[in-house]
Amino acid sequence: MSIYFIVAAIAIMVAMSLGVCRALLGPSVFDRILAVNMFGTKAVLLIAVFAFFTERHDLLDIALLYSLLNFVGVIAALRLVERGKYFANSNKKERS
Amino acid sequence: MILDILSCILVGLGCVLGLIGALGLIKLPDTYARTHAVGVTDTLCTFLVLLGLGLQATSYVVIAKLVLIFLFLAFTSPASSYALVNSAWRWGLRHDQKLHLKSMELKTIQDLESSSVPQKEGNQ
Repeated sequence: MSIYFIVAAIAIMVAMSLGVCRALLGPSVFDRILAVNMFGTKAVLLIAVFAFFTERHDLLDIALLYSLLNFVGVIAALRLVERGKYFANSNKKERS
Repeated sequence: MILDILSCILVGLGCVLGLIGALGLIKLPDTYARTHAVGVTDTLCTFLVLLGLGLQATSYVVIAKLVLIFLFLAFTSPASSYALVNSAWRWGLRHDQKLHLKSMELKTIQDLESSSVPQKEGNQ
């Protein structure tokens, strides 16, 4: 049974690494925010799988908390992009 | 035994769906298309994996925590996708016009190239 959890954890980590690739590649800042959001959601799943793998069910509290923190972080990053004009574009171009 | 097999199948399906969503995040050419891929597959992947793990639970507290994780993700994931796309549209990021054209085929390429729609960055 634990071998399947290891395979699932590796698959989730591969998905997270693809998200990191998009976060590095993405031409706009919204691609990066989307990739980090997906990274956080997959991290919640990884913690849940790990909690069942090591038979320590207390780790589900961490997953619960991180799902909320991920959401708040994405909303905060979007507010930063909206309010501060120069954070969204490194070439410092204005919106026309 | 049957519970073990069922839980393995569900977790496996969830992981496959997560990989498909991540593949869409890499391969699709536009920000809005990537938001579709991630937003659709993330919630279902979470549901399948948490359901598969919940079948292995030992007490009701564990099942309650898994249900709470799924409820939070089910409520906040569409909201964050909407906030992202709304913020991107108001910032001025527009979708790939040629991508839209291939699916609808109502206008010609000459009409598209002579139009004066401002293109912000975001197209590769």
